[in-house]
Amino acid sequence: MIAHLIAERCTNCAACVSVCPALVFDPGADIPVIAQADACETCYLCELACIEDALYVAPETDSHAAPPVADLIAAGLVGKIRADSGWNEPLDAGQLDDYRLLGPLLGAGVDIATRRYEARHGIRS
Amino acid sequence: MSVTTTDVLVIGGGMAAAWAAISAAEAGARVIVVDKGAMGTSGVTATGGPGHWWVPPYPALRDEAIARQTDKAAGLGDPAWMERILDLTWRHLPTIAPFYPFGSDGRGGRFINGVRGPEYMRALRAFAVVRGVEIRDHHPALELIADHDGRVIGARGQTLRDAQPWDVRSAAVVLATGGAAFRSGLIGSHGCTGDGHLMAAEAGARLSGMEFSISYSLSPAWASTRTLPYTGARFYDAAGHEIDIPPPRTGHRHNQALGAAMLKGPVFADLVDAPRDLPAVLRRIQPLTAAAFERRGVDLFRDRFPVLLFGEGTIRGSGGIDLVDDMCGTGVPGLYAAGDAATRELVAGASSGGGAVNSAWALSSGRIAGAAAAGEARHATRYDGAPRALGQAGLRPGASVRAIDTAALIRRAGDAIHGYDKAFWRREATLAASARDLEDDWRLIAAHGYAAGRSRVELRAAAAVVATARWVIASAHERRETRGMHYRDDARTADPAQARRLISGGLDEVWVRPLTPARAEVAA
Repeated sequence: MIAHLIAERCTNCAACVSVCPALVFDPGADIPVIAQADACETCYLCELACIEDALYVAPETDSHAAPPVADLIAAGLVGKIRADSGWNEPLDAGQLDDYRLLGPLLGAGVDIATRRYEARHGIRS
Repeated sequence: MSVTTTDVLVIGGGMAAAWAAISAAEAGARVIVVDKGAMGTSGVTATGGPGHWWVPPYPALRDEAIARQTDKAAGLGDPAWMERILDLTWRHLPTIAPFYPFGSDGRGGRFINGVRGPEYMRALRAFAVVRGVEIRDHHPALELIADHDGRVIGARGQTLRDAQPWDVRSAAVVLATGGAAFRSGLIGSHGCTGDGHLMAAEAGARLSGMEFSISYSLSPAWASTRTLPYTGARFYDAAGHEIDIPPPRTGHRHNQALGAAMLKGPVFADLVDAPRDLPAVLRRIQPLTAAAFERRGVDLFRDRFPVLLFGEGTIRGSGGIDLVDDMCGTGVPGLYAAGDAATRELVAGASSGGGAVNSAWALSSGRIAGAAAAGEARHATRYDGAPRALGQAGLRPGASVRAIDTAALIRRAGDAIHGYDKAFWRREATLAASARDLEDDWRLIAAHGYAAGRSRVELRAAAAVVATARWVIASAHERRETRGMHYRDDARTADPAQARRLISGGLDEVWVRPLTPARAEVAA
């Protein structure tokens, strides 16, 4: 669930207010306010919308607990999802050039599980 | 309250809603979208990565794909619908190119059929805006409104932030409110509470295939994610003993074995056997999945971690609002349904359909419903009579108002549908017990449910969850056989005499009956 809104980075563009499906953020005079923290669905999509990397969502769906902002920044975790996604890169930047591997890798895992099970049970496929 | 008039009103904010809006706008209609979340982030597509059923337009290839899918549909699919959605998907998915960063197919071309959720929904929103669609985010619909003949002429709701009422009148309404996930915690599904199912039923529409709603995805216990990393997992109990789990390909047996183990105690996944190429590219393919582990300090390819099965209800299940014609009409004049909100049995039958068929369905049924709604708008005559508001449970209590614990009702309905002990071994006695509980809960909401302000939206969602759960349980009770994803522990084989769809409906009294041949005449 939402853990940090980093005031020093926030420019009050209010993108998070607009995109959050659960209306976690309210508009504020200086920066948005985390008004309904417990409505957060841990979808991480506000982080993609935040061009200043001023948001951090903790990974548990039932907890807001997270290390201090300075530690997260030092660990390179703030803004990581946006960077990994290539979210703000041009559409021809190749950010999805590995995406075609999703299906084959899913299938490879299924095959591995099938072969392991068959070997264990002496089943010939 | 101010009343806005438009040609087509689309309710929902996921991929089917977006495609419906785009399609209606391309057909010349003025379109308003109302969504209780925000189009772009709401729904299960936004955090997902839908592959689309994708077969080049060569008759031999299409015929083979349709034959395979018909077989998978276990006697309930319709090859003509399958052909339609293959065609629509093939023609329309590439049209998002100006808004979507299609990646390489590794052979010098573009990889089209699999798209990443956040980028896909961003693209569809942009596409809709360019087509002139007016999008109203955070505008949950609460009820449909009808004319004196029962024709749907719009909807009413309130803004999520300020609880300000809104009222939109239209020549036609498309329900694209998503499947029902019963608040299982499945990522992206929080808003998928069956709102459209309830509104449709209140307008006189029926449901179909609600028994086909048993589907799960494996995820770390602390949060639902996409499942890419886990398909080759080994499983262990708390004592470190490996659990013998039939592989994912066995479908129900795989989930049943995992469910049995989870009922005994915590289950841990070990990804030591994961495909060798996966760790290097996981972050590039599914950044959100990588984050769910990295932020917890877990190395998912080295550390064992606890897992749970998250229910997918009718999101991967195929049941939904019945469609009575080839325009995605619901049988109620002016009302159409698309995507997971509509029955997907036409293309998936008793099976899940998997992500690919389901996405092709959402795109295609969205486009079909949007175009049909736009067509209706061209011939509509203005209605000047008094509108009838159709909402009942949670809005207009039949008796004295009482405080209702909506969270408790939703939990109980969710357990009736997705509780491992109940879902993986559906039996007469447990289904009957669930039906009684749900009946009590429904009567409580219908008789005494009322809320003002913000909590009205959640009360109405609870009513929809309970209503949808009632149709699921009643349909599961009525289908006394095992077919597709519907597994009856007390009837473990398919019965050829039951190779027909089950239609359900009703609010005060739930009913279920087999689809009779007479329906074909209605459709024609």
